[in-house]
Amino acid sequence: MIVGLSHYLTVAAILFTLGIFGIFINRKNVIVILMSVELILLAVNLNLVAFSSFLGDLVGQVYALVVLTVAAAEAAIGLAIVVAFYRNRGSIAVEDINMMKG
Amino acid sequence: MYQAIVFLPLLGAIIAGLIAIAGAHQRHPGGEPGEHGDDGHAPAEPHALAVAEEDDEDDKHAHSHAPAAVGARPAELITSGFLVISAILSWIAFFSVGFGTEKAARYPILNWFSSGTLSVDWALRVDTLTVVMLVVVTTVSALVHIYSIGYMAHDPYRPRFFAYLSMFTFAMLALVTADNLVQLFFGWEGVGLASYLLIGFWYLRPSANAAAIKAFIVNRIGDFGFALGIFAVFHLFNSVEYETIFANAQTIVAQKLHFLSWDFDALTVVCLLLFMGAMGKSAQFLLHTWLPDAMEGPTPVSALIHAATMVTAGVFMVARLSPLFSLSPVALGFVVFIGATTAFFAATVGLVQNDIKRVIAYSTCSQLGYMFVGLGVGAYQTGMFHLFTHAFFKALLFLGAGSVIHAVSDEQDMRKMGGLRTHIPVTYWMMVIGTLALTGFPLTAGFFSKDAIIEAAYAGTVPFAGYGFVLTVVAALMTSFYSWRLIYMTFHGRPNASPEVMKHVHESPLVMLVPLGVLAAGSIFAGLLFEGTFLGEESADFWSGSLKALDGVLEAMHHAPFWVSALPAIGMAVGWLTAYYFYVRAPEVPRQLAERHDWLYRFLLNKWYFDELYDILFVRSAKWLGRFLWNQGDGWLIDGFGPDGVSAWVIDVTNRVVRLQTGYLYHYAFAMLIGVAALVTYIMFAP
Amino acid sequence: MIISAIFFYLFSAVTIGSGMMVIGSRNPVHSVLFLILAFVNSAGLFMLLGAEFLAMILVVVYVGAVAVLFLFVVMMLDVDFVQLRQGFLSYLPIGAVIGVVLLAELIVVLGGWYFAPTATAAPVVPLAAASNTAALGNILYTRYVLFFQAAGFILLVAMIGAIVLTLRHKAGVKRQSIAVQVARPAIIDIRKVEPGKGLT
Repeated sequence: MIVGLSHYLTVAAILFTLGIFGIFINRKNVIVILMSVELILLAVNLNLVAFSSFLGDLVGQVYALVVLTVAAAEAAIGLAIVVAFYRNRGSIAVEDINMMKG
Repeated sequence: MYQAIVFLPLLGAIIAGLIAIAGAHQRHPGGEPGEHGDDGHAPAEPHALAVAEEDDEDDKHAHSHAPAAVGARPAELITSGFLVISAILSWIAFFSVGFGTEKAARYPILNWFSSGTLSVDWALRVDTLTVVMLVVVTTVSALVHIYSIGYMAHDPYRPRFFAYLSMFTFAMLALVTADNLVQLFFGWEGVGLASYLLIGFWYLRPSANAAAIKAFIVNRIGDFGFALGIFAVFHLFNSVEYETIFANAQTIVAQKLHFLSWDFDALTVVCLLLFMGAMGKSAQFLLHTWLPDAMEGPTPVSALIHAATMVTAGVFMVARLSPLFSLSPVALGFVVFIGATTAFFAATVGLVQNDIKRVIAYSTCSQLGYMFVGLGVGAYQTGMFHLFTHAFFKALLFLGAGSVIHAVSDEQDMRKMGGLRTHIPVTYWMMVIGTLALTGFPLTAGFFSKDAIIEAAYAGTVPFAGYGFVLTVVAALMTSFYSWRLIYMTFHGRPNASPEVMKHVHESPLVMLVPLGVLAAGSIFAGLLFEGTFLGEESADFWSGSLKALDGVLEAMHHAPFWVSALPAIGMAVGWLTAYYFYVRAPEVPRQLAERHDWLYRFLLNKWYFDELYDILFVRSAKWLGRFLWNQGDGWLIDGFGPDGVSAWVIDVTNRVVRLQTGYLYHYAFAMLIGVAALVTYIMFAP
Repeated sequence: MIISAIFFYLFSAVTIGSGMMVIGSRNPVHSVLFLILAFVNSAGLFMLLGAEFLAMILVVVYVGAVAVLFLFVVMMLDVDFVQLRQGFLSYLPIGAVIGVVLLAELIVVLGGWYFAPTATAAPVVPLAAASNTAALGNILYTRYVLFFQAAGFILLVAMIGAIVLTLRHKAGVKRQSIAVQVARPAIIDIRKVEPGKGLT
């Protein structure tokens, strides 16, 4: 069968959902949260490129490039924060990070 | 001149009051005695007060060992001097208005307030009724002031006492010279206030404080009715001035007041409400409970306020409003009923009392009942005449009793007196004269006035006139009995006091005996001299329209059959002989009688259990209501839903909200996610 | 067409599968490796869409840099992977609901678009006036140069931020402080030293 736009969008949707799911499902690892965010951004990229391809407008790919850049930057900063946190706290289990408890 | 009469006592009161304040300031410079307690040398006052409290175990007045009050002598002299001047001016006024050419007049002073159609002035209304009262009030007040110089000689708070006495006199004079009901009410309240202050003069005694509050509150109940009466008068007549009211009284005769689907005769309602005030002020039946307790005050206070002046304010008020009362037979009947009942009731209670001042207090209550009987049958002149004479002999009796108490070192129980006749003869003869006048011995003042009332009651046509007649005759018998009982128990027989007390028995100083003498002269001669003017042929000229009597009563009174006039004399003789027998010849008989009729004896001794009845009916209910409103109403309802409730609710809510802040990152992310889902759903499906 | 469809389904299945394993794996190292797998397969998807430049960039940047960075950090932090997934079940119902809701909404969106006219065409591979790379280059430096510059700035900021967050000064390391040097008061003097003589 002909693979159309909807298939690509479905794949992106599923990836997006998986990423959202992963944010609050895990209890032990903050890094998994960051990876889930990467998954979300991947899904977004897929969406953009799919539309760009089917509409014949290249701006979708430019946008996807920018998103890629931002994702990389954010991953770097996020990991730096995790490292700093680990140095101070000694643990990156999510359930231990509750200093903001009101 | 009349302004001088009214305002000189006020000036005296202010001066004495300032002296009292200056003295208090000097005694406690900068604070209460308690604050200086930890000094090395506490001032003499607290120590003296403590000594005074020990002295006050029984009904004795405080013999304080504190230094005399600063400026006491000037305070006494200034106030007494002003009062004497006022009294002299009053007698001048009496003769010029009553017998002379000067007729009723109105002396405006200033406008108090005007509000809508109600305009109230300060003004002095001077007619015969006014000058009679002026004479009574100022004379007795002046004599009491002079007497108090001697009686209160050891009291360190004399300036305050004299200030209060003069303030009271001013209020009474304002009441008597009032031109309108509001000014009358001002004086009415003023004498109530002065009574409260003077009954509780020795304020460190809890019994005195309680008695003062009781007097004020019972008065207040009467004043409530009085105020309602004034409002009703204003509603009917659109004015509170006597001139306007009396002029228009006839037109209101058949008018009805509509209240809650009933129609009441307007004038009757007004008169009854106003009379309720008189019941409170003059200690009539049902509102009488405060008068015996008012004996907690110093004896000069009892003489002035609770014998001659304040309690007669009610009588004066009814007499002043005679044009209104004369138009309402129902109200008059009620007045007679209450007056006669009071006369009888007080006389029965007075038969068995043991405190010398209380006997005289119940006697006063009874005599006030007489006055109201006289007023109620429409013969207002008789009531006023009895007021006039009664002031003399009752004040005499009270001041004499004060002398006796002073002589036996503050003992007031008659059972502990006796045999004083030879030790204080002057006081003894003064009291005898007073008793003769009170019981209506022929040719004394009381004889003329009491007999006049009994004859008027016989001749009266208002409802309850016959009831009044019977009860007043019976009360005359009882009056004679308890008055002579007092004399015999106090002055005759064996001394029941301890030998030290008997050793200290001494005659009072001149400053106390001279007023007694003046009052004794009045008791003897006032009747003879003034019976004709008040009641006889010249009475119409004398009163000249200030009292509106019921037609024909005065005439019928003089034509009463002989046995009616003889009855009181017979009653007096019977009572005297019985008292003589019980207390001189056979002293054990009273005790045997009391034991045999124990129930009756205790019923009378406990004043017909009125205090207990009122306690159950009113005091307990009021306290319950107050406590309920305080705990439930204020505590639970207002505090609960108000400040406390709101704060507790806020804390509760915030405690629950705080649980959202867990500190876990993924909880926050989850919250964000839920928000995003909701938002997207809303945007997608919103219309 | 069939071939591309097969490849599409292959790539999508592996991507989704490794996505699930990313979040479902106990060992974080495994998670990272599965993430790399997901990236590579989605690069394949991009290739199918005709965006070969982007696919390569994905591999180079994401896999080569970001995923490796993840791996570095995971291994550096010496994470203990022994705890069980407690509490997983307590969140499952709500989480499932939310996930399903979002999925449903996304499908609804694209379903609506699906029935619109321009939907079902085969992927239009742009005719090769230029290759994808060249085409991107053409517009990136001219029409979308600001995006390009912005991306550069973001990277700069990220680099600075990472350094600031994690730099630790070791004790005992000597380094220059130019400001201190310049502000030194004149306690130094310059002397000409004869060769062989030394400072005396």
